Amino acid sequence: MNNNLKVLVNGIIKENPIFVLLLGMCPTLATTSSAINGMSMGLATMFVLTCSNAVISMLKNLIPDMVRIPAYIVVIATFVTIIEMMMKAYVPALADSLGIFIPLIVVNCIVLGRAESFASKNGVLPSVFDGIGIGLGFTFALTLLGAVRELLGTGKIFSLNIYPEQFGSLIFVLAPGAFIVLGFLIAIFNKLQKKESN
Amino acid sequence: MAKIQSSFKNMFLSLSLICLTVAVLLAQVNKMTAKPIADAKAMKLQNAISEVVPEFDNDPTTEAFLMPAGPGDSLLVYPAKKGDQIVGYALNTYSNNGFSGNIQVMVGFDMEHKIVNYSVLAHAETPGLGSKMSEWFRDVAKPSQSVVGRDLSKGALSVSKDGGDVDAITASTITSRAFLEAVNRAYAAYLESKNNIEQDTTSQEGGNNNE
Repeated sequence: MNNNLKVLVNGIIKENPIFVLLLGMCPTLATTSSAINGMSMGLATMFVLTCSNAVISMLKNLIPDMVRIPAYIVVIATFVTIIEMMMKAYVPALADSLGIFIPLIVVNCIVLGRAESFASKNGVLPSVFDGIGIGLGFTFALTLLGAVRELLGTGKIFSLNIYPEQFGSLIFVLAPGAFIVLGFLIAIFNKLQKKESN
Repeated sequence: MAKIQSSFKNMFLSLSLICLTVAVLLAQVNKMTAKPIADAKAMKLQNAISEVVPEFDNDPTTEAFLMPAGPGDSLLVYPAKKGDQIVGYALNTYSNNGFSGNIQVMVGFDMEHKIVNYSVLAHAETPGLGSKMSEWFRDVAKPSQSVVGRDLSKGALSVSKDGGDVDAITASTITSRAFLEAVNRAYAAYLESKNNIEQDTTSQEGGNNNE
C-alpha cells in the first residue's frame, strides 16, 4: 500500500505531466481559459487515464507486442467516447464549452504514454494508482493555470468576482496568455522542487 | 501467465476480440445516453425560444416551419401562440461572416416588427471580445448598443461605423456586423411568415362570409 501511495504522489509532484514532463500541451493551453474548464478537462482526462490504465494492465499479457499500440488506442478511445456521451447527456453546457477537446483526449500523449511506460509493465492496482496520481497532477495543473488566467484576464475565479472585469487584461484569456502563465508556473514549480531536494 | 507471441493468429484474435468487446460496450452506452442527449438538446432549444418571444402556451418546436429569407436561403421559424393568436416568432438565424465563421442566433420578434430578445446558440468568436455579443446587444441600460425593442420596419440595423445607429462591441466590429446581418436575415424571414399568415386569415375570413 505504501508503494501505491508513492506512485500516487509521484504522479502529482515528481512526475507532474504538465510542470515536469511537459506532456499534453495542446489541451492544456486551449482549455484553460477559465478555472472550471481547466478542472473539468483535467477530471475527464483522469477518468480516461485511470480506466485505460486498469484495463491495459489487465490485458497486458493477452496483447501481442506488435499490435500493442492499436490495442491501447482502441481501449483509450472507448473510454473517451463513453465520457463524451456522458457529458453530452448530463452536462451539455460543459460539453459545449470544452467542444473538440474531449474527443481529442484520445490522442493526448499522457494517456498513451502512461499505458506504454507504466500500465503495460505493472499490475492492476499500481496502474490504477498511477492513473489517479497522474490524473490528479494534470487536473491540479490545469485548474491552477485556468484560475490564474481567469483571475488576470477577467477578475474572477470559478466565476466568482474578485475585482471588476474592466481592470483585467484580455491577453491572459487569449492564447499568448496561456504560454506566459504556463512559463511562469513551470518556473515557480521548478524553484519549489529544487528547494525541496536541497 | 506468459505474454503471448506476436504470431499472425494471436495478433488477429487479440485485436478482434478487443474491438468486439468495445463495440458491444459502446453500443450499450449509446443506447443509455441517446435519450438524455436528445432531451438536453430539445431543452436547450426550448429555453432559447421561451427566452426570446412573449409568453406563449403552445409548443413552438412541433409547429416549426421553414421560411425563405432570401434567394436560396431559408430559416427555421418557431411560431409562439397564446390560444389561437400568434404572439411572436422565434427565428433560428445565422451568419457566416463572424470573426471565426458561423454564428447561430435565435431572434424573437413580436407582431409589431419589434425585437423582443435574442439568444446566441453557437459561435466560435474570440473569448472576451466577440463572445460578448451574448449580452452586449441586449443591455437595456444602454439603448445605443441594445437591439431589444428596435422596430425593424424602419430599416435594417447596422453598426454606427457603417452609418447605422447600433454601437458595435468594442474591438469586435466584424462580430457585430455578422450579428446584425443575422438579425436582418431573421427579419426578412419574419416578414415572409407574417405576410403568409395574414393572407391565410383574410382568405379564411372571405370563405366564412360566403357561407
